[in-house]
Amino acid sequence: MRLELIKRSAPAPAMRFLSPLLGLFLALIAGAIMFSALGKAPDRALYAFFIEPISEMWSVHELLIKAAPLILMGAGLCICFQSNNWNIGAEGQMIVGAIFGAALPILLPDVQNFLILPLMLIFGIMGGMLYGFIPALLKAKFKTNEILTSLMLVYVAQMLLDWIVRGPWRNPEGLNFPESRRFHEWARIPEMMPADGRANWGFVIAIVVAIALGVMLAKSLKGFEVKVIGTSPKAAQFAGFDAKKMIFFSFLLAGGCAGLAGIIEVAGATGQLRPTVSPGYGFTAIIVAYLGRLNPIGAIVAGLVLALTYLGGEAAQISLGLSDKIARVFQGLILFFVLACDTLILYKIRLSFGAAQKGAA
Amino acid sequence: MGMTEAILLTIATAATPLLIAAIGELVVERSGVLNLGVEGMMVMGAVGGFVIASLTGNPWIGVLAAIALGVITSLLFAFLTLSLAANQVATGLSLTILGLGVSSLMGEQFVGQAGKKLGNLDFPFLTDLPLVGPLLFGQDPIFYISIALVFGVSWFLFRTRVGLTLRSIGNNHHSAHALGIPVLRYRYLAVMFGGACAGLAGGHLSLVYTPQWVENMTAGRGWIALALVVFASWRPARVLAGAYLFGAVSIGQLHAQALGIAVPSQLLTALPFLATIVVLVLISQNVRATLINTPAMLGRPFVPDR
Repeated sequence: MRLELIKRSAPAPAMRFLSPLLGLFLALIAGAIMFSALGKAPDRALYAFFIEPISEMWSVHELLIKAAPLILMGAGLCICFQSNNWNIGAEGQMIVGAIFGAALPILLPDVQNFLILPLMLIFGIMGGMLYGFIPALLKAKFKTNEILTSLMLVYVAQMLLDWIVRGPWRNPEGLNFPESRRFHEWARIPEMMPADGRANWGFVIAIVVAIALGVMLAKSLKGFEVKVIGTSPKAAQFAGFDAKKMIFFSFLLAGGCAGLAGIIEVAGATGQLRPTVSPGYGFTAIIVAYLGRLNPIGAIVAGLVLALTYLGGEAAQISLGLSDKIARVFQGLILFFVLACDTLILYKIRLSFGAAQKGAA
Repeated sequence: MGMTEAILLTIATAATPLLIAAIGELVVERSGVLNLGVEGMMVMGAVGGFVIASLTGNPWIGVLAAIALGVITSLLFAFLTLSLAANQVATGLSLTILGLGVSSLMGEQFVGQAGKKLGNLDFPFLTDLPLVGPLLFGQDPIFYISIALVFGVSWFLFRTRVGLTLRSIGNNHHSAHALGIPVLRYRYLAVMFGGACAGLAGGHLSLVYTPQWVENMTAGRGWIALALVVFASWRPARVLAGAYLFGAVSIGQLHAQALGIAVPSQLLTALPFLATIVVLVLISQNVRATLINTPAMLGRPFVPDR
């Protein structure tokens, strides 16, 4: 049996939307098989993984907390990926954003007023942008591969955070735990409905940013530029679009989003700086971007789906006695199957039986 | 054994997994395919090698399992990018995410267990020679495989007809296809070879370098291997030099930490990654060498027309 790809005369727009659904469905089937292999009833396991975590109000709040950074970074990465700039270092940009934003309440703990939180958010954005600027500069000026540099910088950022939390910024009253001092009330993002759960206004910020980016991409000249540079660099050159400027634009934008996600995470859910600020949100955001069709609005839905896998992993650990590593497996499976199904946008698949034709590979 | 020998030996041990993984990826990229999933294949090899060696009690079977898991993981990538013409960058990333997840799931019960170490070679008399003895005749078996791979791949790519065909596919798959060369079959085999190498490199980590299983124990080595291929401008001998340079950097930083140099240990840990960035920037300055050697079809999907 052989598999042949037959190019469609035009990309199938319906498949663009069906592919992620199909991909999710296949990931669920693969997940069911995995649960059976681990000796759990698959229906019960899938229920515990995907339904139980959102059956109660407080856990829906947890979902929003996890979704906020995923949506923000996923939306930013959409712009990068659409313009063919492979920023895979959002994790590092998020960490540096968290460090920059946290500098205010940690270094100036006595400055407590309503200005401090907006300033922290701005600092966070600037930190992320600054860190995204490095691979952009190296790519634009030296043609250095941005995939590798942005990724290497993640490891560097993790070490920077580890050092700063264990060293200079360690809480003086913290019994030597590796964590910063707790942020004062003015430096915390308020919760939306404290009576029901912990979700904070960071989620709303994420939605607003994603919608703004979605509108920019769909309606503005800049958005058009992003798409043209990504799909046909030659045409972009004729139109006078500057691919080098686009490198900076996309990296700074995605870096800013990631930095904002970082400061939202620490000023929202955690309230202090710890040696890790993210369980790999920056990498999961790549999946969010793809599942959301490289469209910032789509990233909102995709961000919620991927946030659910994190909660599902925790639920699987508690109610099924399985490892929370299952979440990572699911995330990988989702990206994997969505990419596979994306083939159907451009091609029809034909299975042919029997001997190979001569000259066919 | 003197201090110099000990340091040289640890550098070789640190360089070996980088070298093997990079040589494998070099062949993949020479065929025009960019597999960013090296880290994922490597970590699968590490967990597979460790688990099977623990269960069977035989580290050699562990090595075979590591290679097999690397190949299986690479086949997922091959199916998506070759048979389904999926985006290679994104698929490679998904392979890394999947590999890190599956490996931590598989290895969870084995965390903290003492592993089976693949023993070093020991020849009577030869290994006892001063300096050259332990370096040439007293290392772990995979070290010798890694050196053999460099020469083997170099010979294969530049001295054999099949190697020439492989490179021609990497430079222009349309022409190769027009000449009747089965492009996808070559690429499948190249990707599987890359998977086998990455798996073996992972097996080296969990059976020789630190004979135990730790979650995410590859710790970015797969990515450094990818960078090494670029650094080496797709030349096997330069991969050898690069891998030993990075081995030296990572061992140097460990010694610096042990000596208690007044620099934060985190900075030293970050050093190999910073060094990678610097080296990548320096190498990308040499535009001509890069242009000559970069496989022109790198990362571009190929769908045979009919």
